[in-house]
Amino acid sequence: VILDVGIVFGRVFFVIMFVLNLGGLLGWVERKQSAIMQDRIGANRASILGFRVMGLFHPIADAIKLLTKEDFRPARADRFLFTLAPFVSVFFGLVAFASIPFGDTLRLAGREIPLQAITLNVGVLYVFAMLSLGVYGVMMAGWASANNYALLGGQRAAALMISSEIAIGASIVGVIMIYGSLNMQDIVRGQGQLLFGWLPAWGIVTQPLAFILFLTAGIAATKRAPFDTPEGESEIIGYFVEYSGMTTALFLGGWQVPWLVADGFHFPGGAIVALPHLAVVLLQVGAFVVKVSVMIFVMMLVRWTLPRFRYDQAMRLGWLGLFPLSILNIVLTGAALLLFGGRPS
Amino acid sequence: VRLTQRFYLAEIVEGIVITSGHFFRNMGKHIAHALGRRDARGAVTIQYPEERRPYSPRLRSLHRLVRREDGSPRCVACMMCETVCPAHCIYIVATEHPNPEIEKMPERFDIDLGKCVFCGYCVEACPEDAIRMDTGILEFSSYSRRGMIYTRDVLLSLEPVGADGRPASPVPIPASRTV
Repeated sequence: VILDVGIVFGRVFFVIMFVLNLGGLLGWVERKQSAIMQDRIGANRASILGFRVMGLFHPIADAIKLLTKEDFRPARADRFLFTLAPFVSVFFGLVAFASIPFGDTLRLAGREIPLQAITLNVGVLYVFAMLSLGVYGVMMAGWASANNYALLGGQRAAALMISSEIAIGASIVGVIMIYGSLNMQDIVRGQGQLLFGWLPAWGIVTQPLAFILFLTAGIAATKRAPFDTPEGESEIIGYFVEYSGMTTALFLGGWQVPWLVADGFHFPGGAIVALPHLAVVLLQVGAFVVKVSVMIFVMMLVRWTLPRFRYDQAMRLGWLGLFPLSILNIVLTGAALLLFGGRPS
Repeated sequence: VRLTQRFYLAEIVEGIVITSGHFFRNMGKHIAHALGRRDARGAVTIQYPEERRPYSPRLRSLHRLVRREDGSPRCVACMMCETVCPAHCIYIVATEHPNPEIEKMPERFDIDLGKCVFCGYCVEACPEDAIRMDTGILEFSSYSRRGMIYTRDVLLSLEPVGADGRPASPVPIPASRTV
């Protein structure tokens, strides 16, 4: 029994460490990638004992700076909500990872260990539920600061998340129809099959339109550029305005973590090669990491390429562009399933 | 607006091709640089304190007072620069020069760099070519306004910019600095 508890603990620990450390590392990746794209060098001055290691110590320096900064609280702010808000957004950002599978079942010493923090048969719904709850943190933050601009920023964030999450939910329906399950592990297993004997039945192959819609809406839901209207540096200062110190770090983590889900979600699983079981599992985990990395690269590429949407443009894209297209995708998928008969699984 | 622009997706792809082109080209140069190809530069950044861009020879930088062969200032305290200065940042007190052939020299020659606008009129006005702005020194700063006042002996100690474009003198700490 103790061993079982330990295994569960280990799974949760692995996922949390993966997500948190990647979140810290991504700050560095983002700075360096944007610098290289813009013919710059990027932050490279933080050093420990004279070693700079391409600026890799900057996330550590940032963390120290944010932790030691004054935790400013506006005089008229709602103390309870103001303190709670960043924890809410980070909490839901983190628990959303719980049902993301990072590999197939691992068999060790007669035990079957699913490589997933929690095995849920409605994993897809769970992930979207948690991500949608994350918007409460943003709204709380906007409300609790007792500042009109912060409130405006929080409202924009909420509107943006709702308009994009409709499209996320509707575009994922096509995937659920194809693979016939709400269990993320089953969906991933379904993608291990081959179409026409050579083409892997990955989500991007069977649902190309849904992939583009999901990617776009996923970027919008993370509120990163070009959808960063809630922050809108040049227009309003936004809900960051009164979050300082640790709370800012949590908020930065708060929107770095969610779009990881959007990546890891669309490209999970891996190929099955005749290898020892442990190697297969390691390869699967490795493939998962590589796919997540590639998607992060693409999202950062988009973030540093496109200018920001104006607020009304982002709304129009969400409601008049992504949403109808994802409904169309559902119809097309249904028609295709009807015509060509059944699912690949 | 063209149809492709309205659709937006094609335009996004076009933009991403440009930015990722920069990324991969610069990344290749960075890797070549790390592998020993020192002439490959992946960025246009000048790493400032270690590297400097060459300055124009006409650059007006920190002033200096030119010395005679015996080390005394070439300045004859004629007050031309003090008079022409639009910022009123020069303050001169004249005294006798020990050499009877030379009429005067400055006992005090203070420049308040907190007020100076670097117009170069003092250099233009000087009949003795005694003040120049060719030290190449740009990094002078202070925690107090008093610290921005550079006095005669500090200004006399400065050298013209070196042939390599780097300042020949270190950034001076004026005697008036109190911090």
